Amino acid sequence: MTEHFPALLVILPLLAAVLIPFSPAAVKRSAWHISFASAAASLALAARLAWETFALGKVSYWFGGWAPPWGIEYSIDPLGALLLLLTAFVTCAALSYSRAAAPAELAAERLPYFYSCMLLFTSGLTGIIITGDIFNLYVFIEIASLAGYALIAAGRRREALVASYNYLILGTIAATFILLGIGYLYMAAGTLNMADLRERLPQVYHTKTVLTGFAFLVVGLSIKTALFPLHIWLPDAYTHAPSPVSALLAATGTKVGIYAMIRVIFTVFKPEFNPSTVPMTVILAGLACAGIIYGALMALAQTNIKRLLAYSSVSQIGYIILGAAISNQTAMTGSLLHIINHALMKASLFMCAGIILMSTGAEKTGDLKGLGRRMPLTMAAFTAAACSLAGLPLTAGFISKWHLALGAVEAGLWLVVPVILAGSLLTAVYFWKIIEPAYFSPAGERRPVRPEAPAGMLAPAVLLAALGVALGLAAHFPALGAGRAAALLLGKP
Amino acid sequence: MTEIITFKPLFAVLASLAAGIMVSLSGGRPALREAWTFAGAAVKFAVIASMLPAVMTGAQLLTPGLTLFPGMELRFRVDALGLIFAGMASFLWILTSVYSVGYVRKLGEEKQTRFFACFALTLSAAAGLAFAANLFTAFIFYELITLATWPLVAHKETKEALSGGRIYLVYLLGTSVTFMLAAILISYNAAGTLDFRPGGIFGAMGPGHKVLLGAAFALFIAGTAKAAIMPFHSWLPAAMVAPTPVSALLHAVAVVKAGVFLILKVVLHVFGTDLLSELGFGLPLAWIAAFTILAASVMALRQDNLKLRLAYSTVSQLSYVVLGAALLSHSSIKGAIFHMAAHAFAKITLFFSAGAIYALERKTKVSELAGIGRRMPLTMTAFSICALSMIGTPPLAGFISKWYIGLGAVEAGQPVFLAVIGASALLNAAYFLPIIYQAFWGGGETAAVESPEKGPLAMLLVIPLLLTAGITLGLFFFPGLLLELAELAAKG
Repeated sequence: MTEHFPALLVILPLLAAVLIPFSPAAVKRSAWHISFASAAASLALAARLAWETFALGKVSYWFGGWAPPWGIEYSIDPLGALLLLLTAFVTCAALSYSRAAAPAELAAERLPYFYSCMLLFTSGLTGIIITGDIFNLYVFIEIASLAGYALIAAGRRREALVASYNYLILGTIAATFILLGIGYLYMAAGTLNMADLRERLPQVYHTKTVLTGFAFLVVGLSIKTALFPLHIWLPDAYTHAPSPVSALLAATGTKVGIYAMIRVIFTVFKPEFNPSTVPMTVILAGLACAGIIYGALMALAQTNIKRLLAYSSVSQIGYIILGAAISNQTAMTGSLLHIINHALMKASLFMCAGIILMSTGAEKTGDLKGLGRRMPLTMAAFTAAACSLAGLPLTAGFISKWHLALGAVEAGLWLVVPVILAGSLLTAVYFWKIIEPAYFSPAGERRPVRPEAPAGMLAPAVLLAALGVALGLAAHFPALGAGRAAALLLGKP
Repeated sequence: MTEIITFKPLFAVLASLAAGIMVSLSGGRPALREAWTFAGAAVKFAVIASMLPAVMTGAQLLTPGLTLFPGMELRFRVDALGLIFAGMASFLWILTSVYSVGYVRKLGEEKQTRFFACFALTLSAAAGLAFAANLFTAFIFYELITLATWPLVAHKETKEALSGGRIYLVYLLGTSVTFMLAAILISYNAAGTLDFRPGGIFGAMGPGHKVLLGAAFALFIAGTAKAAIMPFHSWLPAAMVAPTPVSALLHAVAVVKAGVFLILKVVLHVFGTDLLSELGFGLPLAWIAAFTILAASVMALRQDNLKLRLAYSTVSQLSYVVLGAALLSHSSIKGAIFHMAAHAFAKITLFFSAGAIYALERKTKVSELAGIGRRMPLTMTAFSICALSMIGTPPLAGFISKWYIGLGAVEAGQPVFLAVIGASALLNAAYFLPIIYQAFWGGGETAAVESPEKGPLAMLLVIPLLLTAGITLGLFFFPGLLLELAELAAKG
């Protein structure tokens, strides 16, 4: 049984997602329970698989028993295990948050479909992480994206539809690019298995076909990860989506996009593939730096809390890509650590924003006056998560940014170091806009309907934020895990 | 050098942290709340004082370390320099607590619980910095000092207080996150360690990497805005919106001394004086410090608000410590360390006096002080003693520090800085003596007015400042212990 866990991890949420909409009304009423049970089971499976992966080094599963270059292979290495665990965990948190949050933002008859889409989304993400076949990767990207469009469109305002439509257009362009890229690689190497591609591609690295394929893949995935300047779909989508969706998307959606990008650059291609005509790493690092500063400045200019958080994501994604582009051991470790940190913290922040919206109706940074005293737990979670994103010492964010900056110093990229530090400072400044009025202004006229949100919403937000502090204090474990995953990616033993 | 493993430094840090927690839990009962503050202050000072004998023998007290991840370790190590800083801050915390109780009650300040809790937290962070065994620990507590003092600066929650608080954060966090963190990164990459070591951590690689080390040194200095070296000094006048006990203990002792303390640490234990003089980095810093000493004195001359005048005076006096450190000679460093304490006792008295004048007479401007010495003789006598110590006249503590710094300038072959010290003494006299003259002999009124220095609350304000003024006087006649510690610290 245990050897089928990789397949089960994808199939379980997929089955539940399909089951819910086609079941009788009585079952539909317990759609949340079914979804949560499935997500919890996925988390258990992911934990077990992660443990196995770190013990064995790599877990491989042949679909239908067909051996790899011909059949579809699922393969999990430490990086994949890390992401699987992260996705499953955040999905569980987002679902438990949804139980109280979703009915507040969605009509009752839509709820089963909403949960179904959430499961579909996770299923797609899990597939992206787990698959060892590049065409299969594309299929899962499409599954996750389609579910994502529907989830964003579920927002309570009409703007959500426009945001979803814009994302749909850009997402489809991205998907087309990715498919084209895969086509070119298949043309050149004659295989779709990633490990196989890695072996065969070096002989044809110099050809224009491979170069074109690589470019299509990287650009397509850059749209999915919202790398500056291809981020334009993201702020609207995160702002208008229901808050559990914003939390889930920000935590896992873009992260898995980055994972796919890292897979293509470091697993399908070898780190030494660096086309002389297009200095890939320089371009990526440049865009990442620009994104860090641009996202932070835009966040600074926002008054809508969710939009501020969305631009903050653009900035933080820049950090993650930057580490991958510098691609030495230290910076890559930092990048992976920042994936974990940003996923947990941004999920918590969006959850807090949702709680504030639900309890007080406040959407703007100026509406939060005196909230620190009225909703102490929510604002404490928000503050802790913000501190971790800003990279305050003793939080997870400090560990990731320290590795990133040290990696840049090691690589002699002196111009990148100030960008990393200034970005951190700007992060602190734009969160300050929210925290200062919350704690240091006399109460505004908005009174919360009730003092704190229901425990079901509050618990995941607080738990995620607390993890940010805990991971900063017990940094040994994540740093070790990420370090090992990074070493494997960079082809070191 | 003997090393003793002990948890005492940790207890010193935790004592005030625990006090802060207990203070915030007992907000509804002011008497109990204040009792926690005094208990915390007393325990903390006792723990720190108990480490003195071991440190005097040249030993170092070391806690076990907590490794966050390889290279990042939280650890405390007590040496003479740290003991001076922590001892001074925790001793003055006791007096400031007495004074604060009188001050906030006299003025009926709001949110007293937050006030006392943040105070305790700041002292905890200051001890953490004083005892930090490596740059990482120092950085954490350095930042914590900023964060813990910010609510105190913004205490009044008026527009002015909040904007002062913002300037405070931008200057202090901005410089430390961008410059100091960069300097720490470079040092770690170059030396492979962040530990403070006597003689420096760069060892053999030194002279060959002049540009890299120069950048790191410059970033360290620019990152330590708490030392208020120009052009990073503007936060200090802006922080004067805080209630006076905050300006007294934090912006004359704990916060600003944290800055010069860290500069001394960087000079002595990160680079080492030998490497710095070999590379020639001392002189540029000495000139910047000299400029700050003179320019800030000139600015102080032009302030009519008493607290602002004292703030600019602090900017100027802090740079004496920096100058002493930058001259890199044995005597000048000894003088710099002595000045850390001498200035602390004198400046806290001046701020206490300014606060007493405000609380008892509601006067904030220098131009309003005519005749105040006749109504508040105790306060203004203490003020005068400490103002004279600032100028550097014997028989007061300020004379000793300036003597050693001047001696150090000659030792370093830079007698030109004697002229700076002399000019600064004249400027100090120019902005302090008129206050003293006006206070005692100015103003026409002769009618006997009842002194406001009466009653239990007023006594809470006056007794601490008499004590600190007494210490300023006493340090001249009995400088032995402090000089011996400074000697130990200067030796590295």
